[in-house]
Amino acid sequence: MLKLPIYLDNSATTPVDPRVVDTMVPYFYEHFGNAASRSHPFGWQAEDAVDQARERVAKLVNASDKEIILTSGATESDNLAIKGVFDMYGKKGNHIVTVTTEHKAVLDTCKHLEKLGAQITYLKTDNEGNIDLNELESVVTDKTILVSVMYANNEIGTIAPIRQIADIAHKKGSLLFTDATQAAGKISIDVERDGIDLMAFSAHKMYGPKGVGALYVRRKNPRVKVTAQMDGGGHERGMRSGTLNVPGIVGFGKAAELAMLEMDADAARLSVMRDRLENALMQMEEAYVNGNRKSRLPHITNISFKYVEGEGLMMAFNQNIAVSSGSACTSASLEPSYVLKALGLGDDLAHSSIRFSLGRFNTDEQVDYTIEAVTKAVNKLREMSPLWEMFKQGIDLSTIEWAEH
Amino acid sequence: MAYSKKVLEHYENPQNVGTLDANKQEVGTGLVGAPECGDVMRLQIEVDPETKVIRDARFKTFGCGSAIASSSVATEWLKGKTIDEALTIDNMDIVEELALPPVKIHCSVLAEDAIKAAINDYRKKNGMPELQLDEKIVH
Repeated sequence: MLKLPIYLDNSATTPVDPRVVDTMVPYFYEHFGNAASRSHPFGWQAEDAVDQARERVAKLVNASDKEIILTSGATESDNLAIKGVFDMYGKKGNHIVTVTTEHKAVLDTCKHLEKLGAQITYLKTDNEGNIDLNELESVVTDKTILVSVMYANNEIGTIAPIRQIADIAHKKGSLLFTDATQAAGKISIDVERDGIDLMAFSAHKMYGPKGVGALYVRRKNPRVKVTAQMDGGGHERGMRSGTLNVPGIVGFGKAAELAMLEMDADAARLSVMRDRLENALMQMEEAYVNGNRKSRLPHITNISFKYVEGEGLMMAFNQNIAVSSGSACTSASLEPSYVLKALGLGDDLAHSSIRFSLGRFNTDEQVDYTIEAVTKAVNKLREMSPLWEMFKQGIDLSTIEWAEH
Repeated sequence: MAYSKKVLEHYENPQNVGTLDANKQEVGTGLVGAPECGDVMRLQIEVDPETKVIRDARFKTFGCGSAIASSSVATEWLKGKTIDEALTIDNMDIVEELALPPVKIHCSVLAEDAIKAAINDYRKKNGMPELQLDEKIVH
């Protein structure tokens, strides 16, 4: 029996793997100690557990445990990386390069720094979300202290050529930071192979708990430092104060270990499932996949169903299927996704998009149900859509004088 | 955000979806909104030439569930009213009927505008002076 609702919003967060929960539980009960308590067994046990988890997290991305700063999540890691580098490397320069399709945690941090005198270059992407490497090369200067490009995009899944981007950054002596929140634990990441200097990622996108993440900070070639953004007890080698979230960190470690063991099998299975979902939905007229289909995370597809509005469409099935819409009509802003707009999609297509993101616990049966429900909903809403009627009558919508409001 | 029961009812069983022949003398058509803004409403009325009573009302809407529900309610309310009575339909009545939250008030405004645009289209076609309407939508 198919159980509803079906969760296809794994890019927002993943369910915690029961094997992860099991490892966490003792650290709420008998091993409740503070990892910074050096004077008794409660503290020692907590510290040992954190050490083991840190090693597992490091191993997932081929880092050493000393290079992992544990944080509250990727947003904090993004802030710490960008602000921390800006504070630490002010002598070298004040220029940071990033991309218009980055997560808000990166973009808004950059905007914050602009007010403090940073010079930020926001690179545009092509219509698949790829940056132009020649353009990147032309904007990086001796004054550039950081190039910040996400490993894979959260809305469309497009994967960036991080190694090439890192090489361009390094040629001018800049550091390379990547927000790998969506990619870590899903595809192979190797900080050595990829030339990464700093990297943010979090547990809850890889079947771990919420509220725990990491910032990878390179220790060798070059030795990278960030200025702490919170004052306190000097935890995490002085870069991030605050009592460690021991159960969360233990869960993060287990999630990373499982990801390492199961990532390839998960990715292979999910990409087949994703392609099946995508191909079936693309059978409908006027459906468009957003993003780069060749270089893309295995579990995401973002599709625009032209002439229907995303939120209205989701309403047809969101009691039973959890997905997210690029149309942010649910928020007060009424703005469609800035990522899709940055790809050059018209507002009409941006308003019509749905992101499906699969995960470890999804089944073929759920995909079948989704194909049927979404197809039905799109057809139903198109029957109700004046735009669809006009399209069918051969009316060019761009010739109509809309009362924009 | 959870939708009100009324919005869900209208969304699931929208009343009066459809198209009237816009070329007919007794049909008035209002098309408001823009695809770029994420909502477009087309509302049509068919008016009895003698009594000026709205015999039929139809809509098609591109938009969120609240926009669809607002159009559905509007067409229900229009039927049986004269074109003058129809002008008294206020967007806040729709807000109340559907229990729309503040972020969705613009859907009701759009419906009110669509009603007025349809009536004006009818008036123009039938040699009546167009009504001067306040621009309600401010985004």
